[in-house]
Amino acid sequence: MAFGPHLLLAALEGLVTSAVLALTALGLSLVFGVMRVVNVAHGEFFMLGAVLAWAITTAISGHPSLGFLAALVLAPLIVGLIALVAERLVLRRLNYNPEATIVATIGMLYIIQQLALTFYGPEARPVEPPFSYRILLPWFGYSGYKLSIIAASALLLVATWFVLTRTKIGLVMRATQYDSETAQAFGIPVTRVYAGVFALGAMLAAVAAVLIVPISQAHYLMGQDPLLLSFIVVIIGGLGSLRGTVVAAVLIGLSDGIISVFFSPTLAKIIATLLVAMVLVFRPQGLFGTASR
Amino acid sequence: MKEASPAKAYALHLGVIALLFALSFVLPEYHHGLLARIMVLAVFAMGYNMLFGYVGLLSLGHAMFFSAGLYGAGLAVIHLGWSVPAAFTAGLACGALLALVIGLLALRTTGVAFMIVTMMFAQVFYLIILYFASWTGGDQGLVVPQSARVLVVGSTSLGLTEPTVRYMSALALFSIVLLVTLVIVRSRYGRVLVAIRENEERTKMLGYDTLSNKLVAVVVSGTICAASGAAYALLFGYVGSTFASVQYSILPLLWVLLGGAATTLGPLIGTLFMYYVVDITSGYTSAYLLIVGIALILLVLFFPKGILGTIRQRWLGWLP
Repeated sequence: MAFGPHLLLAALEGLVTSAVLALTALGLSLVFGVMRVVNVAHGEFFMLGAVLAWAITTAISGHPSLGFLAALVLAPLIVGLIALVAERLVLRRLNYNPEATIVATIGMLYIIQQLALTFYGPEARPVEPPFSYRILLPWFGYSGYKLSIIAASALLLVATWFVLTRTKIGLVMRATQYDSETAQAFGIPVTRVYAGVFALGAMLAAVAAVLIVPISQAHYLMGQDPLLLSFIVVIIGGLGSLRGTVVAAVLIGLSDGIISVFFSPTLAKIIATLLVAMVLVFRPQGLFGTASR
Repeated sequence: MKEASPAKAYALHLGVIALLFALSFVLPEYHHGLLARIMVLAVFAMGYNMLFGYVGLLSLGHAMFFSAGLYGAGLAVIHLGWSVPAAFTAGLACGALLALVIGLLALRTTGVAFMIVTMMFAQVFYLIILYFASWTGGDQGLVVPQSARVLVVGSTSLGLTEPTVRYMSALALFSIVLLVTLVIVRSRYGRVLVAIRENEERTKMLGYDTLSNKLVAVVVSGTICAASGAAYALLFGYVGSTFASVQYSILPLLWVLLGGAATTLGPLIGTLFMYYVVDITSGYTSAYLLIVGIALILLVLFFPKGILGTIRQRWLGWLP
């Protein structure tokens, strides 16, 4: 393949990564923005989404798209519920202390990972894509499903943006994010908003995982990379900024896709992680964020 | 914190060291080996405690300091054929240098950003080890040959693979680090660190250069962790990338939280307790990570001060 088409292929792969990454990172960013806590177990919610998608699709017989649709709805709901319980049982009792929350979510990470290993097993298992249409480009054929991931992710991002900026729920969330004490004084049930945001963040990760699982298989350790990449995206995009998160996800996804095609993936990761750490050290508000209050 | 009488504190610590010395002669072989390992890892926890407990800086990347010592010493023996003391020094130097660089960078951030930055630097360190697999052995790791693990003192040569020598070397390192920590935290400098933890702004206003004080603490903490890593490589003869993974950044946090942050003996108790819990439960289930996870959550929920921290608060105010 010539250089041009090769680059196009790399860019397309990168866009698919970006689409999934944007959703996952948005979940992490919402939780951080509103609750001011870092959820280290975020990647495990992603993994749970994928594992549940496998469980649901294997449980439902018939056309693969039926099972997939069921997974797309059910898996995030179940993950959201688990997150809600975790929030009620642990985070709330910690009073959302940032450092204690990190330690507690590390604990959750281990628990979820171990339970997945015990009940799901160490194998990577595939999920059949809902359809297998190939779009023929002049140079190569490309999976129609992968393109639909990009579309679905864009749709969900727009929906999240709409909810955040145009609805009452979004207004309440933004008020809590801006100043939780004043919000409380104005009668906003802050702890319930926190619980909702935590569940929503986990659900976004789960949706992203269900979308990606037909092309990447479900595995109990698959939460590690999305967690790190989401951190990177959220930091570069500026914490709590939706637009910054999406821009950063596209940037990271594309560069990850392109660098990985032409260089060693390990080297790509080393460079990316180091760059992001440097961004955090020298420009803590992120490349697109405004100075912190 | 009540003012401790120095004699009482030193007596307690010397007592603990004497107890560990005596245990060497009564413990069955299996526990003898386990305790040697625990003492080396407790040094790692003490290094972590230096920063987390006393300065209040929660790092999620201390595995890199441990593995800097591990690889610094291990690779010096394997590739350069250095003697044990030289390799140990090399490990210490690697850890100290790395800690200095990381400290200069990471201390520009605070709070949550500090945790994430340290985690990322540790991840970079881990990936670099994997990337240079031809020298580091990648995720397979390398075995330090038995023939090279010999400590020559004068005309006698002591094989570090020999259980008693190994135990005594681990105990020696542990005792030195324990006493050094005790001296540091009771010194003027130790008080400045605690002041930074309690209120950095106020400490700054009193005229202390908090940044350079913190930097020294990072370097001391990193060097102690590297000492533990170097000792691990030389005493147990294995160097592997697992020790650089995120998990090994989290374990010292767990041990310190369990034993009691900002207590000198807490790291030992935490490491001992956790090691035995995992050891005993692994007889029944392979799901030891589940126990680590549950322990972490229960600790932050109900015992944020850890075992010794709670004891100090309730009964023994003089505990250092």
